[in-house]
Amino acid sequence: MNITQILFWLLSVTALFGAMMVVTSRNPVYSVLWLILTFFSISGHYILLNAQFLAIVNIIVYAGAIMVLFLFVIMLMNLNKNAEPTRGRWIKFAGAISGGCLLLVLVAALRSTEVSSKSVQVGVGEIGLIKNLGRELFTNYVVPFEISSILFLSAMIGAVVIGKKD
Amino acid sequence: MKNILELAYLVPLFPLIGFLINGLGRKSLSKSMIGIIGSGAILASFVVSLLIFFQVKGGNTDTLNYFSFIRAGAVNIPFAFQIDQLSSIFLLIITGVGFLIHVYSTSYMHEEKTEHFGRYFAYLNLFVFSMLLLVMGANYVIMFIGWEGVGLCSYLLIGFWFKNPEYNKAANKAFIMNRIGDLAFLIAIFWIIGKVGSVGYSEVIAAATEGSKFTTTDITGITILLFIGATGKSAQIPLYTWLPDAMAGPTPVSALIHAATMVTAGIYMIARSNVLYSMSPLTLNIITYVGLATALLAATIALKQNDIKKVLAYSTVSQLGYMFLALGTGAYVAAVFHVMTHAFFKALLFLGSGSVIHAMGGEQDIRKMGGLNKYMKVTHITFLLGCLAIAGIPLFSGFFSKDEILASAFGKSPVIYAVGLFTALLTAFYMFRLYATTFRGSFRGTHEQEHHLHESPSAITIPLVVLAVLSVIGGFIGIPEFMMHGGHKLAEFLQPIVAPSAKLLPVHEVSHSTEWILTGVSSALIIGVVFFAWNKFSRKPDTGEATGFGKVLANKWYVDELYEKAIVNPLAKLGGFFNNIFEKLVVDGLVNGVGRLVSYSSRQLRLLQSGQVGSYVLLMVLSILLVFVIQFFLRK
Amino acid sequence: MPINYYIFLSIALFCIGIAGVLTRRNAIIIFMCIELMLNAVNLLLVAFSKMHSAAAAALPDAATVGTDGQLFVFFIMVVAAAEVSVGLAIIVMMYRNIHSVDVNFLNRLKH
Repeated sequence: MNITQILFWLLSVTALFGAMMVVTSRNPVYSVLWLILTFFSISGHYILLNAQFLAIVNIIVYAGAIMVLFLFVIMLMNLNKNAEPTRGRWIKFAGAISGGCLLLVLVAALRSTEVSSKSVQVGVGEIGLIKNLGRELFTNYVVPFEISSILFLSAMIGAVVIGKKD
Repeated sequence: MKNILELAYLVPLFPLIGFLINGLGRKSLSKSMIGIIGSGAILASFVVSLLIFFQVKGGNTDTLNYFSFIRAGAVNIPFAFQIDQLSSIFLLIITGVGFLIHVYSTSYMHEEKTEHFGRYFAYLNLFVFSMLLLVMGANYVIMFIGWEGVGLCSYLLIGFWFKNPEYNKAANKAFIMNRIGDLAFLIAIFWIIGKVGSVGYSEVIAAATEGSKFTTTDITGITILLFIGATGKSAQIPLYTWLPDAMAGPTPVSALIHAATMVTAGIYMIARSNVLYSMSPLTLNIITYVGLATALLAATIALKQNDIKKVLAYSTVSQLGYMFLALGTGAYVAAVFHVMTHAFFKALLFLGSGSVIHAMGGEQDIRKMGGLNKYMKVTHITFLLGCLAIAGIPLFSGFFSKDEILASAFGKSPVIYAVGLFTALLTAFYMFRLYATTFRGSFRGTHEQEHHLHESPSAITIPLVVLAVLSVIGGFIGIPEFMMHGGHKLAEFLQPIVAPSAKLLPVHEVSHSTEWILTGVSSALIIGVVFFAWNKFSRKPDTGEATGFGKVLANKWYVDELYEKAIVNPLAKLGGFFNNIFEKLVVDGLVNGVGRLVSYSSRQLRLLQSGQVGSYVLLMVLSILLVFVIQFFLRK
Repeated sequence: MPINYYIFLSIALFCIGIAGVLTRRNAIIIFMCIELMLNAVNLLLVAFSKMHSAAAAALPDAATVGTDGQLFVFFIMVVAAAEVSVGLAIIVMMYRNIHSVDVNFLNRLKH
């Protein structure tokens, strides 16, 4: 087992554990913190796959901007106490069972597909570098890129319109 | 113009245009304009028909293809007109008599409101258009279009005074009885298409004579079905009862549609298919006996009718029976001949009766007339000439055509001849009963009516005179062979039409001396009956209520009552059963049951819509799970 | 690394996200679970991109094979950022109206 594999397993376990804790924490603030941990471990996976640009963007956008926004909202609403009324036990049970079933079905279905024999290039390769992605982004994908700026603009206006006091 | 036959499309086009103008402009045109347009359209058609007739007389016949009307798989039905000897004769009858009746109508219908006046002429033009389509079509489908068209116009015109429910019932009766025949006609067309793959007359006749496409059963079946169609339109047993009721329409309509033209469509159809009929002796026998029975039955009924138009209506049925008798004996020319002469004298009689009714202020009961000869000279003379013609007094037109039919009946069987002659005597009797009761003796109506009596205007009398002249001389185009060699011009003219069937079915030749004897006997008897009836009813008109057997006749052998009991009532009962029991319990039960099921189940399903986002998401995930399971594991 | 590992890891994260959506009532936590599911998909996309790039290593255009996948991830992040801003605005709105972020109070769809 080389260093890459060790890192892979370590990051995977961290991500899964973080995700479990997001779901099970009773306090929303803790959930946010666990989610940030998960995002960091996913960024670690990106680095392992030599997708450095995405790793950085993931940390900046998700772990940074988005999760801070979540924290702000929680604090604004003063939800950081253990105030959530518990759901009915049966609903909880059914939800967990369905999630588990979906996991089982998907794993069983994808266990022996054609792609499963292929492997992933780890630690090497240049496509994840900002130079290559940037060239693609500003040549072939320039139109979607520009459109996404319009999307941001409209999201911003939408957020302001929805959030303002009427 | 290279060939006048190429103008044939104009013949039905003029009435169609007249129909459109009068129908659409009936509210804005004046009465005189409507009359001019309506009559002028028919006159134009008549002129073209005359030109066509002379072309055809010169031996020039043609089939004109205009466009492909129905194209389905191997079947191609063109919209085509066939101009030959038979159709040109009918064109002349329809447009000629039709024109006179249009002129007559301008005066007869003058008291109607302008709007209804226009409607009347629109219907009349549409009728002429359909009738022309019927006789000009080069295949059975075009004929059927015209056939349905005249049925529709007949319905519309019988029910012209639609505010009277009795008249509407009569119109419905005519339409429904015609439908029964039309269905048989339609089935015959399908049968022909199934066997030949084409409905053109020439193709069908070629297929029949060549023999590989038709079996004997096919021909018998087709001809019987066509004949059933003809019994509907031409008022034969068992579908004749609509025609007397059709007298509810205006009198010119009775003259045009229910005497001169439409009711002869069945005869035209059979004459057109004469080759098929000649190949099927069974059908010919059926036609003979149906025609004979109709002629006799209707003549007996006419003996005791007191409505002037009813007498003429039963006389029409009887004469149509005569024509079918001629067809059944294979004497197609005689049938067409009788169609022609009958068109003249029956149109004349109807128009004359219309003139009488007009003068009497709407009164139709002959018991309240009498002595009209003093008041209406022209009507009286022309009516008398019409009676002489229909009775078959020698040298009048009816004499020649009737005699020819009787001669061919004798060739088939003396018994048929005897019954036919008896019917002719009855005809002479009831016609002169009608004449004498109406015009002789003294006036029996009210004083007011007597004061009102007057001769009709010239728009009514001129057509009467023209038709009277035709009724008198019309027979001379068909002088029988035994009287004058080469005298039967009509037979010569129609020779190309009936030649193929003459080969198949030799006409029963009767020797000239026998014919002289037959003619002499029948003429003597008829003249005797005429004198008897004239004297009897001039002196003492038959004004009392009928008793004994006469009552049966006056009530038309109770045929209407029989139909009512045997067919209409059971059908109405069945309809009532379906309406009250089947409809209410089964159909409504099904429909309401479905409705109740839906509303019940939706009330239950509504509970699933809890509005809880959580349960929606759960259901969504479960559904995705289900789709995955089906996709990956069950669908192998 | 075999691609299977990444597939299973992504499925596991995704299903944890689903289980969270199904079991929690707090709208903000449900929202976070949706973000978690998005990230699981992102991870899988990057893994597939690297798989294709490995397969095409010998080809002349090796430098661009697989960039599409990573650009898709980039766009997903863009959309997610926009979505979060609007979504959180809605949650704030909801809290302002019903003084709770419990999705069970959002049963107006019933009517």
